[in-house]
Amino acid sequence: MSNKSTTGALAIKGIVALIGALLLFAPFLFQDVRSLEVAARICIFIVLVASFDLLIGYTGIVSFAHTMFFGFGAYGAAILLKEMGPGWTPVILGGLAGVAVSLVFAVAIGLLSLRVKAIFFAMITLAAASVVLVLASQLSQFTGGEDGITYRAPDLFKPATKIFTDADGKVLSLWGVKFNGKLAAYYFVFACSLVLFLLMLRFVASPLGTVLKAIRENEARAEAIGYKVVAYRTFIFCLSATIASLAGTVYAVWLKYTGPDTSLSFAIMIDILLMVVIGGMGTMWGAVIGAVLMVVAQYYLRDLMGVASEALTGVPLLPELLAPDRWLFWLGLIFILLVYFFPKGIAGTAMEKGARA
Amino acid sequence: MSTLTTTLGRIGGVNLLPFAVAAVAFLLIGAPSSWVTLTIAGLAMGMMLFLMASGLSLVFGLMDVLNFGHSAFVSFGAFVSATVLAGLGGWLAADSWALNALALAAAYLAAISFGLVAGWFFETVIIRPVYRDHLRQILITIGAMIVAEQTILAFWGGTPFSVGRPHFLEGSWIIGDVSIEIYRAFAFALGAAVFVMLYLVLNRTRIGLLIRAGVENREMVEALGFRVDRLFIGVFMLGSALAALGGAMWAGYETLITPHLGSELMIVVFIVVIIGGLGSIEGTLLGAILVGLMANYVGFLAPKLALASNMILMVAILLWRPNGLRPAVK
Repeated sequence: MSNKSTTGALAIKGIVALIGALLLFAPFLFQDVRSLEVAARICIFIVLVASFDLLIGYTGIVSFAHTMFFGFGAYGAAILLKEMGPGWTPVILGGLAGVAVSLVFAVAIGLLSLRVKAIFFAMITLAAASVVLVLASQLSQFTGGEDGITYRAPDLFKPATKIFTDADGKVLSLWGVKFNGKLAAYYFVFACSLVLFLLMLRFVASPLGTVLKAIRENEARAEAIGYKVVAYRTFIFCLSATIASLAGTVYAVWLKYTGPDTSLSFAIMIDILLMVVIGGMGTMWGAVIGAVLMVVAQYYLRDLMGVASEALTGVPLLPELLAPDRWLFWLGLIFILLVYFFPKGIAGTAMEKGARA
Repeated sequence: MSTLTTTLGRIGGVNLLPFAVAAVAFLLIGAPSSWVTLTIAGLAMGMMLFLMASGLSLVFGLMDVLNFGHSAFVSFGAFVSATVLAGLGGWLAADSWALNALALAAAYLAAISFGLVAGWFFETVIIRPVYRDHLRQILITIGAMIVAEQTILAFWGGTPFSVGRPHFLEGSWIIGDVSIEIYRAFAFALGAAVFVMLYLVLNRTRIGLLIRAGVENREMVEALGFRVDRLFIGVFMLGSALAALGGAMWAGYETLITPHLGSELMIVVFIVVIIGGLGSIEGTLLGAILVGLMANYVGFLAPKLALASNMILMVAILLWRPNGLRPAVK
C-alpha cells in the first residue's frame, strides 16, 4: 500500500495513537462521571464502527442490520444478568448466546441474499433489523419492551468495590482517582475494545483481508482469479456480526441497562453510518476518528447549539434549525457534502496527502 | 404437474396469489362479515402502498438508482396535505359537499405539486452526481432522508399532527352485517384509478413505450438517439408526486401523523418493491396488494405477528422467485 509512506498517513496514525493514549488515561485526565461515560461510549463505538467498516469499507457490502447484531449481544447478557443475578457466568453465557443468535441470522441473511441482486442486501437487512426492533419492543416478558431491562453488573464493577486498599482499609486513590469498581468497569470496556480492535487490525492486514479488498475493487475479476466471492462475503458478514455482538455484550455490562434505544434503534445505525463515512471508509483508523468526532459531538455539540439557538431568538426558522435536537440536520448536510467531495472521509483523504518518495 | 402449471399460467399465474391468500384467510377467519371488512381494508392499504412504491420501482428499473430517501416524499406529502387541510378548515367544516371535496382536492394537488418540485430538486441536486455508483447512492439518499426528516421536525414539530377528513368520507356503509369504512373504499378507488392511468400511459403512449424500452435496455434506447436522462427526470418527478399523493392519502387514513411516518412506511414499501420485482408497475401492484392483505389478515388472526408477517412473506417469495414475482425483463 502506498498509504504507508505519506506524511498524511503518519499524521493519522499519530492522532489515533494520541486518542488511544487519551482513552487509556481517561479516568485520570477527565475526572467527572459524564466524561467517563463519553470515553466508554467512544471505546465501544470504535469497535462497532470498525466492524461495520469491515463490511462497507473493505468489502463494499451495505448492511443496515449492524445494530441488530449489537442488540443481540446486549440483550443476551442483559436477559441472563437479570435472570441469574450478577456474576460472570451470565455475562459469558449471554455473550456466547448473542454470538450464536447473530451467527444464525448472519448466515440466514447471507444465504438468502446470495440468491438476489447485491443491491437487495441493503433493503433486506433493513427489513430484518426493523422486524427485530419491533419484536424486541413487543416481547416484553423477555426484553422488557420499550422500557428495556435494568440489572446489576458483576460484583467487581460495583462502585463500592475496593480493588486496592491503603493502610487504613480505605479505597486507594491515585491523583484523586479512587480504585473502585467504576474504574475496573471502565478498564474492562477499554481492554475488550482494544483486543477486538487489534484483532480486526490484524485481520485486514492478513491475506484474507487482501482478498476482501480485491472483491470490493473488482468482483468479477476476483471471481475469475478463483476466489469464491459469495463465500468470502458470507464469512465477513458473520465475522463482523460476531464482533458487533461482543461489543453489545460489553456495552450492556457497562451500562447496566439495555433497551431498544441503547442497542437496537435505527438512530444508532445512522450514527454508525455517519461515523464510518466521516472517518473514512476502508481504513480502520477512520473508524477511530469518526467514532471520536461523532460521540464527542453528540455529547458536547448539542450544548453549543443550544447556546446558538438562544442567541438567535427572533430570527425566523434559524432558532428551530439550531435547536439542540436538530443536530442531526446539520450532520446530515455534512454527510451529504462529505460523500460528494471527500468520499474517502477524513482519514482516507488525509492519508493520500504528502506523498513521500 | 406440468399441465397444472400451464393451466395456472393461462388463467393468471402469479396474479392469482392475492386471491389464494384471500381464500385461505376466508377459511381461517370463518366469519364472512369480518373477512369482507379485512379484505377491503387490505385492498385500500395495498393501493396506498402501491402509490408510494411505484415511483421507487420505476426509478430503479429505468436508471438503476436506488433511492433510500423516497420515504421523504411520503412524509412531506402527508404533512403538506395535512397543513392545507388545516388551513382550509372552514371549507372542511362547511356543510357543503362541494366545498369539502374542493378542500380535499386542494390538499392532494398541493401534495402532488410539492412532490413534483421536490422530485426535480432531489434528482438534479442529490442523485445526478452519483449515477452508477450504488454505494454512494445509498449513502447520499440516506443523508437526504435524515435532512428531510429533520426539516419536517423543524417545521411541524415532533408532536403528532391531526389530519382533517372531509365529512363525506367519514363513517361507513353498512350492508347486511358488513360494514365498510368509506375512506377505505375511496382510497381503493383513487389508487385503482391512478394504476389504470399509469398502466395506460406506460402501455399505450409513445412516452410509455420509451420508458419501458429504457427499463429493458437503456443503452439501446440511448443509441437510437433518445435522451433517457431527460425521460428519467420525468419519471423521477412522477414517482415523487405519486409517493406524495400516497402519503397524503395515508395521512387521511391514519388521521394522526408524526414526522417518522415516512421512515416507518419505508420498510413496508421496500418489501413491496422486492416482492413485486423491480421495474414493473404490475409487479408493484401485486406486491402491494399482497402485503396489504397479509398485514390485515394476520393483524386480525395473530396481532403479535403482524409486522413479522411481511418479512416472512418476503423471505418465502424470494426463496421461490429470487427476482420477485414479476420483474421487468432485464
